Amino acid sequence: MERESAVSCHDVTLRLGNRTVLSDLSLSVGAGSFVGLFGPNGAGKTTFLRALLGLVRPVSGDITLFGQPVARGNPAIGYMPQSRTPNGAMLTGRDLLASGLSGAKWGLPWVSRGGMAEIDAALEAVDAVALGRRRLGALSGGERQRLLIAQALLGSPRLLLLDEPLASLDPARMREVALLLRNVARRRGMTVICSAHDINPLIGVMDTVLCLARGRARIGPVDEIVTEPVLSELYGVPVEVCHAPSGRVLVSADGL
Amino acid sequence: MLAYDFMRMAFAASACVALLAGPVGWFLVLRGQSFAGHALSHIAFAGAAGAALLGISPLAGLLGAAVLAGGAMGLTGRDTGGRDVAIGLVLSLAMGFGVLFLHLMTGSAATATALLFGNVLGVSGGMLASLAGAAVAGLVALGVLSRPLLFASLQPELAEARGVSLRLVSTLFLMLVGAATAECAQITGVLLVFTLMVGPGAAAQRLGLAPLAGIGCATVLALGEAWGGLALSWWTDWPVSFWIAVLSAAAFLLAGLRRL
Repeated sequence: MERESAVSCHDVTLRLGNRTVLSDLSLSVGAGSFVGLFGPNGAGKTTFLRALLGLVRPVSGDITLFGQPVARGNPAIGYMPQSRTPNGAMLTGRDLLASGLSGAKWGLPWVSRGGMAEIDAALEAVDAVALGRRRLGALSGGERQRLLIAQALLGSPRLLLLDEPLASLDPARMREVALLLRNVARRRGMTVICSAHDINPLIGVMDTVLCLARGRARIGPVDEIVTEPVLSELYGVPVEVCHAPSGRVLVSADGL
Repeated sequence: MLAYDFMRMAFAASACVALLAGPVGWFLVLRGQSFAGHALSHIAFAGAAGAALLGISPLAGLLGAAVLAGGAMGLTGRDTGGRDVAIGLVLSLAMGFGVLFLHLMTGSAATATALLFGNVLGVSGGMLASLAGAAVAGLVALGVLSRPLLFASLQPELAEARGVSLRLVSTLFLMLVGAATAECAQITGVLLVFTLMVGPGAAAQRLGLAPLAGIGCATVLALGEAWGGLALSWWTDWPVSFWIAVLSAAAFLLAGLRRL
């Protein structure tokens, strides 16, 4: 039996203003997979994620998530946007998570006992209970990332959309966050789409690669896409893929 | 001090104003929109001067102009935080119109002083009723709005993805800021709206309290500063607005000391 598909796009064209970002995109992401989303700056990684969230409407084609049409505020999606310096440096991590809990509903920002328990569970899942008590302004980049991953887990989503969760982290922290994501996703049976600039920290974490470049997309298993000919063609510059004796794969582009 | 009718009126009026200005100010500081709040007070000044020229009650002019301008600000810009040049130009233009209206009116000096520096000791029964009405309406509206407003203020992109309409929330909030500004202008005058609206909110933010506690703290500070200003003015015979400005700055500085 074929795996249920978490995301399925059929002839989708996305436009930002007058610029066509992606044209005639057709792809399917199986439930439970961990997808690394790559592409040069401006290739449409964020726009693609925003389309899945229902924030960018395709000019043509249709997108379904778990068989349902895309809808804004879909509770099955956990999202981590790219900008991640939340306002309110004097508030604590718990305050931040509490503000987002059913944050779209009118009323006072009161959090129920059940809501508090949900925040505790999300913080525990990413080992961030101590961060919940600290002020946002005093957290390091890696700690803030961890907190925002906890926030994306609120509401037990089936699909996690992460926009550059590894940006501006040092190599050790990158790997740590990537492994954390893999473990949480496995434990909770979530499908993950994670955009990134650097392919290396996600090697061994992702099982599928989605590359966007010049309006086109390539999707497939890691060993099919992370190869010199495919990447060189996508990025339009010679790309070298080295297989280290440790089994690690290193990707490097000329002039980078 | 409370034996006099005008003092009792002044205490009641400043309580109404502080109860709205405190919570609205807390959000204003959190969102980094205090300059937009300042601009609204100048637009309110033009509205009040225009109303006085036409023979309508200046308070109606204050409220109408500030709420409408707040709504317009929210509808036209997604982010009023980073548009200080446009806001600055609009506020100067509004101030210019206010000056023109006062010039066209004869015997305008007393009106101008009352608008610019407040006239809390001249609050009438009718004015108190409209101040109280606006405060209650504003608080109810803020109560309904506060959860999505807090979410949208802290993480706008995530809030949008979760289904919050950023433009609607921002527009409603700026209209509330307009109402609070008009109320404050009655006590401190348009030039010193900052003291009662932004001062308590900023001091409460410095204390690092959780949102609901912070909002409560800003409200208590606003009330304390307004009443303290009235009492100090009674004893010293110096203007109320001066004392409120001093107390507001002092509270902000003391809140900062706590972290040393």
